Amino acid sequence: MTTTTHTTATAPAALAPVEGTHQVRRRRRLAPGKRLPATRLVGPAVVLALWSVASAAGLLDAGAIPAPWTVLETGSRLWSAGTLPNDILTSLQRAATGFSIGLTVGILLALASGLTRTGEALIDGTVNLNRAIPTLGLIPLFILWLGIGETFKIAIIAIVVYIPIYLNTHAALSGIDSRFVELAEVQGLSKLQFIRQVVIPGALPGFFVGLRLGVTGSWLGLVVLEQINATSGLGYMMFQAQNYGQTDVILVGLVVYGVFGLISDSAVRIVERRVLSWRRTLSS
Amino acid sequence: MAPHTEQLTRPAVRLRGLTRSFEGRTVLDGIDLDLPAGQLTALLGHSGSGKSTLLRAIAGLDHGVAGSGQLTAPERVSVVFQDSRLLPWRRVLDNVLLGAEGKDAGRKGREALEEVGLKGRERAWPGQLSGGEAQRAALARSLVTEPELLLADEPFGALDALTRIRMHGLLRELWERHRPSVLLVTHDVDEAIVLADRVLVLEKGRIGLDLTIDRAHPRSYRDPLLGEYRERLLAALGVTEDHR
Repeated sequence: MTTTTHTTATAPAALAPVEGTHQVRRRRRLAPGKRLPATRLVGPAVVLALWSVASAAGLLDAGAIPAPWTVLETGSRLWSAGTLPNDILTSLQRAATGFSIGLTVGILLALASGLTRTGEALIDGTVNLNRAIPTLGLIPLFILWLGIGETFKIAIIAIVVYIPIYLNTHAALSGIDSRFVELAEVQGLSKLQFIRQVVIPGALPGFFVGLRLGVTGSWLGLVVLEQINATSGLGYMMFQAQNYGQTDVILVGLVVYGVFGLISDSAVRIVERRVLSWRRTLSS
Repeated sequence: MAPHTEQLTRPAVRLRGLTRSFEGRTVLDGIDLDLPAGQLTALLGHSGSGKSTLLRAIAGLDHGVAGSGQLTAPERVSVVFQDSRLLPWRRVLDNVLLGAEGKDAGRKGREALEEVGLKGRERAWPGQLSGGEAQRAALARSLVTEPELLLADEPFGALDALTRIRMHGLLRELWERHRPSVLLVTHDVDEAIVLADRVLVLEKGRIGLDLTIDRAHPRSYRDPLLGEYRERLLAALGVTEDHR
């Protein structure tokens, strides 16, 4: 016990501090407080409000940044005219087809490479080489090979998607905890049981990281492809609008891209939370 | 100490001239050992004395380790590790049933969980269990396969003192009911004395002391007669009065 005495002026009379001790006060909390629901929407809502107010007050050049309601009007006009649904459908088809191919290829290559030494020798280096080349830099070559139609667009999206899925899944498959391998040996699992009950479930968290990157990648690839090499789709719509100075149409396109990006990312997150529900027990 | 049960039962585990070495360093140096069927044997030793190497050799888990000698062990062997090693993505019952086959496996798994006091926790995730509960589940997993030989590698080493004492009782109880041969690797002298009928001390890659503990169960940690065994074991481990 030290000789320093803490004199706390606020100590209640009922509990007089013993010499050498002092009244305990709760320490100042350093972590931010509890998170309120839906608080993430506050920032975007403030931006939208500022935009509306500035437009209404005439502070913004309507030619450069049209008012939110103008964008909405244009959107509903394009929708009822039938061009917007058509463009959205084309873009969605491209993204979905490219994504599905990329997903399948990414998973198959990761399994072949993560579960067999031969596969690893053949595949892993090749994919990493592929990764070193910026995929969008392949566009000119792919146009010459596959023509300027749908095929090359889907091929580019598939490449953008498969790389993160492969890399993360492969890392997760080959990084399986050696203690679990030992356990599987002790419990007498067959190779197939080991892969199905230990390796694949253990690699799922890594796969989902790759999946989310792949979903984002598919939209990124789509935007680039449609803005430079398309004759239909959302990007084409925006490209045309640029030629005619229709900023409202460009904004409609951006909003649609944003909405689809958000929806697809949330969908993956929901699936992830379901499949990996056991993980919540670790963090809580 | 006479190996009193040797004539009655054939040995479950037989080691002859078992040698293992890592990168030229001899860890096990020609061990000859018989573990009679149905006996609970404890294996003591310093860290690095080769206890785990011996256990892993008997379990057949020492891939790529250089060595020679003869080794026979039963068909059905279970291992309990220091960590519970439950797969976090399988519920407790599914963890217990890992590798178990047959249509009544589910029933056996539930029974094993009930035996270790985890009835009602079948659907829990391993992440929701305490350290002691997780180790109980690991014990249940090792029982489901009805092992003839149970190898336990410091199974209580990561538990707190109170939980450890409770687990000692559970292990002894399970052993009495199922009677597998048990090799319990530990560095805890008291644990060995309270649980085992025979205590081996591994010293410089050989069995330095082979002690039969002829006291009735359940044993108390405070039994003064066990003190004599403790002294002998501590002496064999090189712990003398001036170390304490």
